[in-house]
Amino acid sequence: MSDLENLAKEAEEASNAASTLEGLAQVQAQFLGKKSKLVKAKKALGTLPAEDRANAGKEINEIKGQIEQLISGRKAVLQESEWSSKFNEERLDLTERLGSIDRGHLHLITQARDELEDVFIGMGYSVAEGPEVETAWYNFEALNIPDWHPARGNFDTIFVDLGEPEEVMLRSHTSPVQIRTMESQEPPIYIVAPGRTFRTDSADATHLPAFNQIEGLVIDKGITMGDLAGTIDSFVHAFFGEEVKSRLRPSYFPFTEPSAEFDISRPDGSWLELGGCGMVHPNVLRNCNIDPEVWQGFAFGFGIDRLVSMRYQLDDIRELVVNDARFLRQF
Amino acid sequence: MKVLLSWLKEFIPDLDHDPEEIGEKLSALGLAVESMEVVGSELPGVVVGKILDLRPHPNAERIQLVDVDLGNGEATQICCGAFNMQIGDFIPVATVGSTLPDGMEIAQRKLRGELSNGMCCSASEIGLGDDSDGIMILSENDPDREWDIGSSVSDTLGLESDILWDLEVNANRPDAMSISGVARDLAASLGLPFKFPMDLNGNPQVTLEAGIQIEIEDPTLCGRFLACVVKGITVGPSPQWLQNRLIHLGMRPINNVVDISNYVMLELGQPNHTYDLHKIKGSRLGTRRAKVGERLLTLDGLERTLSEIDGVIVDGDDNPVGIAGIMGGASSEISESTTEIIIEVAWWDPPSISRSVKNLNLMSEASMRFRRGADYGINMERALNRVVELLSETCEPEMSKILETNGNLPDTSPVGISNERVNGLLGTSLTSEEMMDLLQSIGFESQEVISKDEDENSSANNFQVIVPSWRWDTQTETDLAEEIARTFGYERIERTIPRGPFTGQLSRFQKGRRTVRQILIGTGCDETMPMPFLAPGDLENAGLSSTAISISNPLVQEESLLRTSLMPGQLKIISYNQSHRIKKLKFFEIGHVYLPSEDDQLLPDEREYLSISIAGGDATQIVAILDMISLTMAFPNMQLKQQEIEGLHPGRSAQVFVAGQERGAVGEIDPRVLRNYGIDDSVAWLELDLGSILAGPFGKKKYTSVSKYPSSDIDLAFEVPDDTSSASVAGCLRKAGGTYLKEVQLFDSYKADTANEGVRSLAYSLRFQSDVGTLTDAEVSELRAACISEVEQKTNAKLRE
Repeated sequence: MSDLENLAKEAEEASNAASTLEGLAQVQAQFLGKKSKLVKAKKALGTLPAEDRANAGKEINEIKGQIEQLISGRKAVLQESEWSSKFNEERLDLTERLGSIDRGHLHLITQARDELEDVFIGMGYSVAEGPEVETAWYNFEALNIPDWHPARGNFDTIFVDLGEPEEVMLRSHTSPVQIRTMESQEPPIYIVAPGRTFRTDSADATHLPAFNQIEGLVIDKGITMGDLAGTIDSFVHAFFGEEVKSRLRPSYFPFTEPSAEFDISRPDGSWLELGGCGMVHPNVLRNCNIDPEVWQGFAFGFGIDRLVSMRYQLDDIRELVVNDARFLRQF
Repeated sequence: MKVLLSWLKEFIPDLDHDPEEIGEKLSALGLAVESMEVVGSELPGVVVGKILDLRPHPNAERIQLVDVDLGNGEATQICCGAFNMQIGDFIPVATVGSTLPDGMEIAQRKLRGELSNGMCCSASEIGLGDDSDGIMILSENDPDREWDIGSSVSDTLGLESDILWDLEVNANRPDAMSISGVARDLAASLGLPFKFPMDLNGNPQVTLEAGIQIEIEDPTLCGRFLACVVKGITVGPSPQWLQNRLIHLGMRPINNVVDISNYVMLELGQPNHTYDLHKIKGSRLGTRRAKVGERLLTLDGLERTLSEIDGVIVDGDDNPVGIAGIMGGASSEISESTTEIIIEVAWWDPPSISRSVKNLNLMSEASMRFRRGADYGINMERALNRVVELLSETCEPEMSKILETNGNLPDTSPVGISNERVNGLLGTSLTSEEMMDLLQSIGFESQEVISKDEDENSSANNFQVIVPSWRWDTQTETDLAEEIARTFGYERIERTIPRGPFTGQLSRFQKGRRTVRQILIGTGCDETMPMPFLAPGDLENAGLSSTAISISNPLVQEESLLRTSLMPGQLKIISYNQSHRIKKLKFFEIGHVYLPSEDDQLLPDEREYLSISIAGGDATQIVAILDMISLTMAFPNMQLKQQEIEGLHPGRSAQVFVAGQERGAVGEIDPRVLRNYGIDDSVAWLELDLGSILAGPFGKKKYTSVSKYPSSDIDLAFEVPDDTSSASVAGCLRKAGGTYLKEVQLFDSYKADTANEGVRSLAYSLRFQSDVGTLTDAEVSELRAACISEVEQKTNAKLRE
């Protein structure tokens, strides 16, 4: 009997002595395996008198249970220590940055353009585009700017050597897209037209011969100047913030009547001129075969480069076309 | 247009508002204030000096020594950088201790060893106009005046503190190109009375026979022509107060006749011209279109060659004496000896003057007003009388009656206004009476239309408006709606938001373009946006065809051509960045190129291209990016066809095909091109006609169920001649593998051995899998054999044993 009692103690000593999982497996085989004393004792049960058999069997099972428990306890300890030494070996300092995945950057103009498009998409507009080289019809005449009109001189148009002199040009505003849209689409029309525009300006800190504008056009029944003012206000809130106010001031564009400049408020209470707008001139609608007695609408437009330049306080707008990677990667 | 507060007050006697408030009112009326400044402030310590001597500075070429008498009879030495004065001239001198309007403090200084005891001043330095070109010679136009040496310059010139606004006047506001027109608008918005200070009927007295004839030969050119003869003229300086106002508004005083003519133009917006009566042959002024090749020496001293686009004023011999609406001729110019003059005021057809301005490339103060449409009404007579009235301040003019002849004048029939239409345009709910009152305040008379029909329809006119003669631009109901809105105040229109019937969204094309951009920034490329202009030679330097559309009026040669490829611009960007020692350059651009049209189209064949360039990169890197875009965007059937392409490395270039169409090129830039652009690295390059690809057709991504059965992998290596593409080998493998071949991946490419030149080894790993069962070994080896046989039959590749 005492043999078996010692067995549990021996097993405990042996398993505690095992320092690896492999060593513990040997201990397990020694005390619980086929050739172990316990198994032998179990086989020997049959040789015992019948009245002793039950007690002896019970004792064997109890001891077996004790040994199993202490081995599995030891196993858990060894496993844990193995993991922890593995983790120690694999330790990394994550602040060591040897290499990086270079991310690319969208150009500031693209970022602003996308953002502007998204604001108007949210207001139910779609985005229209058109060619950058245009005819005098789309750039001027259809927009109620006949050849003699004093306003033509204000556009500082870049002409190209195609067709008659001054017949083909780099568009001086995005307004030709209004005409192309009205020619190809029945009202109601709710569009914005972003894109590149051109003037014969020498590049300097505040001017570029190639720049970007966005233009809006709504043609529907019963559109009023109040709708124009409200739309601009709502856009200004969405893009610049709820606290920014807008106002309209009388102005003149041949393609709108009444015409206005629109300003936004600065934090110091002063006003900043942002763009031009107005009610689409009936002649423009007629030029696109839209009946001004049935349909009316508004248009507005402003410069994207200027917006970007204001937002990031660029001290030289030429940064937008030089494409210095140190500039591009800031945004 | 510049306006002075004191001058406005002559038309609005009750104007006593704060200048800031007046400025805001002007802006709200559409006369945007570009600047506001206080002018004519006191100039303590700035005195009249007389130049006694001018001497060279011994040590400086650009400075001279000026000895001036400042009232004590002694010579005070001043160093001066201007050379436009002469001994005996009277000039303004800022004495030591004085402060100029711009804040400059004058102290005794030493310049290169010579003492300077004060400063000789230009007109702009004493706050009188913008002229900073040389020292102001007080005696220039008035040599006979007695000058009180040492007296205060502001007293001598009668300078008074005033407010000067510079206003932006739009092309539709001919009236606002004058003090009186601005005053009329301002008075209306402030609710103050407006009146002309000059008496139209009373003076001056008509005492002469005109003795001249006037005639309009082309009524489409000239709508109204007035002239009168004035005798008893003494040409001399104009009154100092008048000179001061001219200077403030940016004009240079010359003599009384010319100054007064200009003054009246600025005051009443009525350009007018004075001729020396004795230099007009035949005592006649006529107006007609010019003849082709007709010549005229204009007042600016240049000979102009005219055409039938231009109008002329002619004398009795039918010879031009002035260009209609733009500039007078030199032959009848007022001179010091002039004693008798003709004053002429005309109304010219605005489009005619506009075309002539453009034709001659000659702009003037007069043409700026005529092309907008000057006043054709009683203001013309007012202007003539005003000239004579002002002349009487410096001489004793006698005047003839005003001769008048008319051509075609603008239609003056009343414009009908529907209250409902105007409110419907503006979003207001004004009554007809309110509208009429608003128009009345700026001189538009209206009367109600009494409807004969009780149940009038909504579009019927409620009232009629007579457009005043100074608003040629205003012709329609919409024009008048703008005047109503402007005088009502844009800020008072209630703001509403229209709700359109659409759900806003980007087109498939636009969404695709945004996705491509997102893919590219994910690969580490920075977006660039160069201007689309090229310099001559840019295309040739890139190895590309030099055929490009040129700009007719380039400001600089660098911007004289329109690009046909994104390559030159991108190479310049790489070169620029490398020269600034910036590393890891990976760029992309999406922008328009302008190809010459092949058919009879007027406009260029404009396309939207994508380029990617990687400095230090090789072609395979960029092909990998192309694959990424193509797979993400599901470009249908994107294929590369290796071949030589202009501008690219001949051995490392391929055309890109999408849906069977050639859509671009990929590879590496030709090293010779790189050398032209000063780039010392390789540049991997892709240029795609992205616009055409995104216009469709589109590939589809479709679902196939994932096989549940085990797969088998095999590797195959082939010896492939260099002119056989990997794509063709892989194509054979795919064809033979059929639906069982789930993946083909090239995993190795190397030059087999030097003995076997022109051949490389390509190794592929293939994964076979069936959708309906487990492939047996026999089936896999059958597929393997089929793959090998297809490659060997269709290409020159051989299985590597």
